[in-house]
Amino acid sequence: MPETSVIELILSADPALMRIIKLSLAVSLTAAACAALIGVPLGALLALTRFPGRQVIVVVLNALMGLPPVVAGLAIYLLLSRSGPLGSFGLLFTPQAMIIAQTVLVAPIVAALARQTIEDLWLEYRDELAAMNVGPLRRVATLVRDARLSLVTALLAGFGRAAAEVGAVMIVGGNIDGFTRTMTTAIALETSKGDLPLAMSLGLVLIALVIVINALAWGVRRLDERFAG
Amino acid sequence: MRDTVSDVPICFDGVRLRVGDVTILDDVSITLATGATTALIGPNGSGKTTLLRLAMGLARPTGGRITWGGRADVPPTRRAIVFQRPTMLRRSAAGNLNYALAAAGCPRKRRAERIGDLLDLVGLRALARRPARRLSGGEQQRLALARALAKDPDVLFLDEPTASLDPAATKAIEDLIRTIAARGIKVVMATHDLGEARRLGTDIVLMHRGRIIEQAAAEKFFAAPRTAQAQKFIAGELLV
Repeated sequence: MPETSVIELILSADPALMRIIKLSLAVSLTAAACAALIGVPLGALLALTRFPGRQVIVVVLNALMGLPPVVAGLAIYLLLSRSGPLGSFGLLFTPQAMIIAQTVLVAPIVAALARQTIEDLWLEYRDELAAMNVGPLRRVATLVRDARLSLVTALLAGFGRAAAEVGAVMIVGGNIDGFTRTMTTAIALETSKGDLPLAMSLGLVLIALVIVINALAWGVRRLDERFAG
Repeated sequence: MRDTVSDVPICFDGVRLRVGDVTILDDVSITLATGATTALIGPNGSGKTTLLRLAMGLARPTGGRITWGGRADVPPTRRAIVFQRPTMLRRSAAGNLNYALAAAGCPRKRRAERIGDLLDLVGLRALARRPARRLSGGEQQRLALARALAKDPDVLFLDEPTASLDPAATKAIEDLIRTIAARGIKVVMATHDLGEARRLGTDIVLMHRGRIIEQAAAEKFFAAPRTAQAQKFIAGELLV
């Protein structure tokens, strides 16, 4: 009976299962952190500056939010492959390559949402901050601080996308057992092999993770409403 | 950082503001001097808000010259404004004041005491920890006044300070404005409420279609208006 096997697998904390879950979380959390470091400053820059071509960048960034993971994977694969420009680092089929690919997927989401959030707040705050003679650096710090809970929500959305995607990590990670196998690539493989209990237990864990992320996002929004009004 | 020369008097000399093809202010010359509380009156769209924004230094004129205490291009460290719809920062009431004090360069050690004084002045000490955006309209307006006073301004601009407030809240704000003026802060307020101009203004400036029509001491203005527009406005007729 597959059902009992599924529950047994999860409850017994099967080592292979745990390793896969740990790697998935480590890769996607690191990618989300990298995306935050790139996306929030980039979003703030786009929100607060005006230069020729800015509109084009904003449109491209919004479009990149829907970048197909397999395409991102392919691009990073070409960059990291032996004959590619970054081939000498030997990163292909490593967790680092997966982090790079997921960062490429998530950074545009964080940047686009941060841009929107910070720009909206800036329109509200602009006159008041000008009247208080607030300089450019303090202005950016104020906007990021006062938009912080919305920015956390953007990060959670990015992390959710990273944890759930399969195309990019499959291509640049290679789904190597015990090394680059994540929940999503394992599900794809085990399903095609016919090992449904493992695939289903990983699926359950993944769904639980998505629920937790959304609950966190909901909680953050509630906090935001309570404190910021 | 803060220099000793006052921002007052503020002098407008032939000031014009054109945006595209629209002339918003036309040949405005006025001196806002210490002492009097100036009430800018006139119908909506007459240029009151624009005049305040220029006097604050938030916009630049397209013609003419503005000087603060005889100097041009003075950053707004000694003048403050309360907008018609003040934006509360996403912080507590006390947090808003702390922010304004920090922006004005008040040292960290002195801020708690100053926040307490400002909250007492506007009667909001009990609501210090409340998120500012959760306060009522009248409370937000009072907090905005306190926030504007954080930098110890020489001059305070108020844009329709009591629009959309009920009589009790209006009275609280008007009493505060009197207190502020009594402290020697030059108050310049825009209002389309003639009653408010009578109650608070000692110097009246009537604007219409981007021009200053008449400027006079309050008693003189209301007793013997010189221009036809002022007579109409005081009589309660519509200036269009």
